[in-house]
Amino acid sequence: MNSSHQTFAEKASRLATEAAVRATPEPLAKRVRGFSDRAIAWLFIAPTIALLLAINIFPLFWAIYLSFTNYRANRPNAEVRNIGLSNYSRILNDPDIWASMQTTAHFVFWTILLQTVIGFGLAYLIDRKFRGHAFWTTLILIPMMLSPAVVGNFWRFLYEPQIGLFAYAVSFLTGIPTSDIQMLGSVQLAPWAIVIVDTWMWTPYVMLICLAGLRSIPDYIYEAAEVDRASPWRQFWSITVPMALPFIMLAVLFRGIENFKMFDMVNLLTGGGPGSTTEVASIALKRDAFEAWATGRSSAFAIVLFVAVFGLANIYVKALNRVKQR
Amino acid sequence: MSTAKPAAGTAAHSVVEPSATSKRVAATLVILYAVITMVPLAWIFLTSIKSPPDSISYPPKLLFTPSLEGYCNLFTTRTRQTPEYIAALPPPENTCDAVTRERNMVIAGPSNFLPRFVNSLIIAFGSTFLAVGLGTLAAYGFSRFKVPLADDLLFFILSTRMMPPIAVAIPIFLMYRELGLSDTAIGMMLLYTAVNVSLAVWLLKGFIDEIPREYEEAAMIDGYTRLQAFRKVVLPQATTGIAATAIFCLIFAWNEYAFASLLTSGSAQTAPPFIPTIIGEGGQDWPAVAAGTTIFLVPILVFTILLRKQLLRGITFGAVRK
Repeated sequence: MNSSHQTFAEKASRLATEAAVRATPEPLAKRVRGFSDRAIAWLFIAPTIALLLAINIFPLFWAIYLSFTNYRANRPNAEVRNIGLSNYSRILNDPDIWASMQTTAHFVFWTILLQTVIGFGLAYLIDRKFRGHAFWTTLILIPMMLSPAVVGNFWRFLYEPQIGLFAYAVSFLTGIPTSDIQMLGSVQLAPWAIVIVDTWMWTPYVMLICLAGLRSIPDYIYEAAEVDRASPWRQFWSITVPMALPFIMLAVLFRGIENFKMFDMVNLLTGGGPGSTTEVASIALKRDAFEAWATGRSSAFAIVLFVAVFGLANIYVKALNRVKQR
Repeated sequence: MSTAKPAAGTAAHSVVEPSATSKRVAATLVILYAVITMVPLAWIFLTSIKSPPDSISYPPKLLFTPSLEGYCNLFTTRTRQTPEYIAALPPPENTCDAVTRERNMVIAGPSNFLPRFVNSLIIAFGSTFLAVGLGTLAAYGFSRFKVPLADDLLFFILSTRMMPPIAVAIPIFLMYRELGLSDTAIGMMLLYTAVNVSLAVWLLKGFIDEIPREYEEAAMIDGYTRLQAFRKVVLPQATTGIAATAIFCLIFAWNEYAFASLLTSGSAQTAPPFIPTIIGEGGQDWPAVAAGTTIFLVPILVFTILLRKQLLRGITFGAVRK
């Protein structure tokens, strides 16, 4: 409708604006037609914040509220009573919960240790820049992009003592009979079964970050060390490790948070078993929330976990920043 | 590589320019690791083309006659019949018919794998589209304007990813039950969008920060409005970043299991919680599971290779850019 008139008006106003802008380029934002910058900033950011409020923050507050009640999701019509802090005191005094925290701690400790050592070692080797290193690096990276659930599920087959490839390979190399290699059935071996799969999947992650760290060290530092006749050993410990440390610490932070939350791979591989030997915190939480349906108590547990991740991550980031500034 | 060459003799063995021997040792060890790490993946593929008896033989078989039985079983449900009944049937229409009849069974109908796979596609692509769309706008907002409390807001956006998924799932489960969003594709899409938008905002803010402001300002002096400058100047410049971010969001939504297993059970179930439930007669049908796993993993393999240059940035939320 009236397109020619509008175009004309638009052109005129644009010419006027342009003239004005050319005459006084400052302040730009006020002269330009359309929304003000403030309105655009608000318009652009608001939908994301709204979504996060609806799907993350509102449920979080709901969980905080539920954690003070005796609510059970499988009895929606039962009377909900406020029971104060008793869910929290039960959580913090429950030996099973502490056992699951300990299982998580062991899992996080061993996976991070193995992944850091192997990942850094691999990065160091790849940094020798041998021919074809880019191709082999890409190949090594593949496991970490795959679904931990779907691949973890297949590891159940690899771990089968009678027919699985893992037991066969170990037995072939060590002579231990396959019937003794009950990776998922034995109380001693099951914790290592999940550590092995996690290390297989996530070592490339640590490797990739370490590689970036090694590549960030400028050549002239090594050249100066050469001039000073520093031994390769000395160069490794006084240049390579300290300068790559912020990167290693970053990798440890990300892996630490991820493995503290670990659910999918362990749930499919062992389901927390045998008994509760691999029942990491998330699995204990799932059993409490979606099998025992103790919604109030499990909400309290969830809040405790969240505060723990958040607190630990914050302390760690402070330490990381101190290392970076050195 | 090195700009200034010091005394020629010393440089030959330095870390900067490794010697031929150290390169050879490094190559051997890295290739050994790469080969070992590929074994489980190769085994998934090999199992998918084995017949069920071959898949569970001991010692594990490396040489075998390839069979499509795993793939046939993945897509169909079967019923056992008497040999007389099967002998009376017309000749098999396709390979799967023939393979199934050899086991004294007939195909009863399609399995749930295809609908679950389609659910995965819809939910992953839908949530990626939403997360990248919202994320691009928010990232531009944070990158170009003085937003009050910007640092706090950005940290808040990131911290939503630190929560254990099961902890988030409890209230989401209750909320979705109230709203009727349980086991719906829309519900899962919204949830994955919310989880992914934090990654998208952080990554895209990094990419947009790298586009000089002067480009838009020049366009605005030429008469573009801020919105036009955003659409015609910033977006084309950010294409690579947006594509990389989209692939990361897609991979997350594609691989996600915790929420999917707790919040979907039927019509909106995605492939990750479905694949472990594939069973045959007398236990898990491993060739069918392997076939499902192979089909599920192939897109990710392709994406990983496409993404390899941006991988580092994606997995560290843009903290390391190389």
